[in-house]
Amino acid sequence: MKIQRRDFIKYVGGLGLSGFIPSISFANAATETRFIFIIQRGAADGLDIINPRFDKDYFTLRGDMALKDDEVTMLDNGFAIHNSLTTIGQLYKDKQATFIHAISTPYRERSHFDAQNILELGSSRAYEFNAGWMNRLMGLLPQNKPTEAIAISETIPAALRGNNKVSSFYPSNIKAPSDDLMVRVASLYENDPLLYNLWLQAQQTSKLANGDDMENAKEIGKITAKLLNAASGPRIAMLETNGWDTHTAQTTRLKNNLKQLDALVAQIKEGLGDNWSNTVVVIATEFGRTAAANGTQGTDHGTASCAMVLGGKVKGGRVIADWSGLSQANLYQNRDVMPTAQMYGLLSGVLGETYGIAPEKVAINLFAAAKPDKIIKGLVI
Amino acid sequence: MSINTQGISFIKRFGYGKSLNNLNVGNITKPYMPEIDESYSSGLPNMIADYLAAQKSKDKDMIGEIVKTSFGNFISKRVNLALNAPIGFHERLVHFWSNHFAISVDKRIVTLLAGDYEFSAIRPNINSNFHQLLMAAITHPAMLEYLDQEKSIGPDSIAAGRAAQKGKKIGLNENLAREILELHTLGVDGGYSQKDVTEFAKALTGFAYIKPKQDTLDFSNVGNFIFIPQWHQKGSVVFMGREYSQNGYSQPDAIIKYISTHPATAKHIATKLARHFCADDPPPALVERLKSAFLASNGDLNQLYEVLLNSPECLDAKNTKFKTPWDWFISSLRVIGVADMDARLINRAMKTLGQEILKPEAPKGYDDIQSAWAAPDAIEKRAEISSLMVAKFMPQAAPIDIANEIFGDTLSENTLKIVSRAESKQSALSLLLISPENMRR
Repeated sequence: MKIQRRDFIKYVGGLGLSGFIPSISFANAATETRFIFIIQRGAADGLDIINPRFDKDYFTLRGDMALKDDEVTMLDNGFAIHNSLTTIGQLYKDKQATFIHAISTPYRERSHFDAQNILELGSSRAYEFNAGWMNRLMGLLPQNKPTEAIAISETIPAALRGNNKVSSFYPSNIKAPSDDLMVRVASLYENDPLLYNLWLQAQQTSKLANGDDMENAKEIGKITAKLLNAASGPRIAMLETNGWDTHTAQTTRLKNNLKQLDALVAQIKEGLGDNWSNTVVVIATEFGRTAAANGTQGTDHGTASCAMVLGGKVKGGRVIADWSGLSQANLYQNRDVMPTAQMYGLLSGVLGETYGIAPEKVAINLFAAAKPDKIIKGLVI
Repeated sequence: MSINTQGISFIKRFGYGKSLNNLNVGNITKPYMPEIDESYSSGLPNMIADYLAAQKSKDKDMIGEIVKTSFGNFISKRVNLALNAPIGFHERLVHFWSNHFAISVDKRIVTLLAGDYEFSAIRPNINSNFHQLLMAAITHPAMLEYLDQEKSIGPDSIAAGRAAQKGKKIGLNENLAREILELHTLGVDGGYSQKDVTEFAKALTGFAYIKPKQDTLDFSNVGNFIFIPQWHQKGSVVFMGREYSQNGYSQPDAIIKYISTHPATAKHIATKLARHFCADDPPPALVERLKSAFLASNGDLNQLYEVLLNSPECLDAKNTKFKTPWDWFISSLRVIGVADMDARLINRAMKTLGQEILKPEAPKGYDDIQSAWAAPDAIEKRAEISSLMVAKFMPQAAPIDIANEIFGDTLSENTLKIVSRAESKQSALSLLLISPENMRR
């Protein structure tokens, strides 16, 4: 998972927050509530994040790759959480985290780009319209101020695009390529001896591949908290994480990614201090991964995954799952976790309760194209 | 001549590759002529006057500002033209010749003058003949400054005599003379000796450019070439076995005319053009055709371009070129449809990629062969820059559609597969930009 590069952080840090913000005019924010959406680009494997220990088929399907008992911590209903998620696991114990399993958008194909586009637009089809659901959300809020949402990204992601003005950070310096890009280059060059060999040599001496992803994740968490703390700062933020497309070496890669995600959340919580009690964080991915392991110690593109709702404002300590099971017959198209929960139903419920708007109204205003009919309520205090 | 200038391979090999902003290129009869409005004024006279005034008053901030503005404007314009030309053959030629007659912005005064050099000496002359282009290049203040010609005074000139009376010694500087022979015209094996270099250097004394005069505010001629007879070495010179006994400017003029149509020059230019547009080791038959065209037309450059365009070797798929950083950078930006770019970002990217604009280490310019650029570090840097550019200029279109539009059936199944499987648009497009198909042309 790589979010931003350190140079950018130095830039922000060097200017000081007060010097960085003025280009954005924040008049009295409409609300003291903070809402953060963290997208996991690349399709995160729900099964290994919130792990169904009770489901024997999991162990059969995953074989050697199946998480061991000492790699997880038990939660409710026989589910367990990956041990890389220490902070998020603690939030669960403190009843500030709820996990929703077997969740998906209406999308049923397996293209990352289309699926991410749908998840961000709140649409039923890719590129159905231009404005994202987070942008439409701004229009729904009372006394909305045009600049109160921010993307921690170089460009405005689709979820925030639209008529309401949003701001974004972009790094002042060169950004390191994502892990996803780095792992694919070797196969890109597999029929090209010159480039392949040069790339191999580069890898042997490179620092890029190892990078400072963990440090970056922490710094981004700190910056996000600072921005959301500022008296006249934004109250809605979107963060992007990537590297979740674990076709190979899933065990190691997922462990690292989850540690970074956990560190990001930990820094946001710590940085927000008292404001954490007014905060709701949603973490979601575009689709899940195959229930079975593939032949390269990884998993391929699937359908349902898990989502997380965290924060001081969250009524947590639950795993919500309408579990169909992982037996062949119960899988979606005999391969993926069967989707039973609706992503837009979750978002409608969470956003409605967060902002004191009827969830049904949120569903109609933000997700009309997909008409969610299973709204998940009671997640936010 | 019938050439399909719309073909993906044509645009890739002769131009800067298909651009997302210009997907439908028409058939163009003379693709070596300017495709888009290239007019640009550097405001040379006032720029030099301001610079020299700032230097006189030792105003370092002002000097820095003048140089930065001048070079920044030039860089943006250069990139802008390369991004927006539908094919980019004309732009490629400009950059080829600009590198052939290399200057380096290592020197501050050269940085100031670089934009005017490329836009008023190189660009307007690449469709004329070689002699005219050569004269424009070597009499421009940027070249005179870069290769120290203004410091070269004939030891037996009027100026040297006056200096001697004051106890000062001034004399020859062979820098420009040597590089004209070795790099611009005859080539290193062009049949001249060290003595010829010295003789040519003597003939070139007097080459200078007009500086502002103290008693006037009329700067209109400032920066123009001037021959100063008082600096010129008196007497005849013997150059490559011939005596040149002319007085004054007609002496260097005669020598330059001689070398600019010399067979060695024809071969040198033919080889470099063929290397640039065809292959690192250019096919001898192509070099021979270019050389003949050069000699038959007295160096009419359009004739040479016609030969290139009509040579099957240039479109032969086995003759590929590994892109230089500049070539890769421009063609990559075209893939994702960038139309305009800020000078600071361009400079930063080109520095990272290892080929700062007009900043070669030596007067021979940047190398034009694979072994100079295909290094492990270079590939990683291209991956880095791809990521940055894609993030900053994310196009609306889907990566697969872009890949198909730009590369068509020249794209391998493997690249298509890798690009379509990437986990994000950013990753997919970055991979496309560093794919084997986009690393070469």
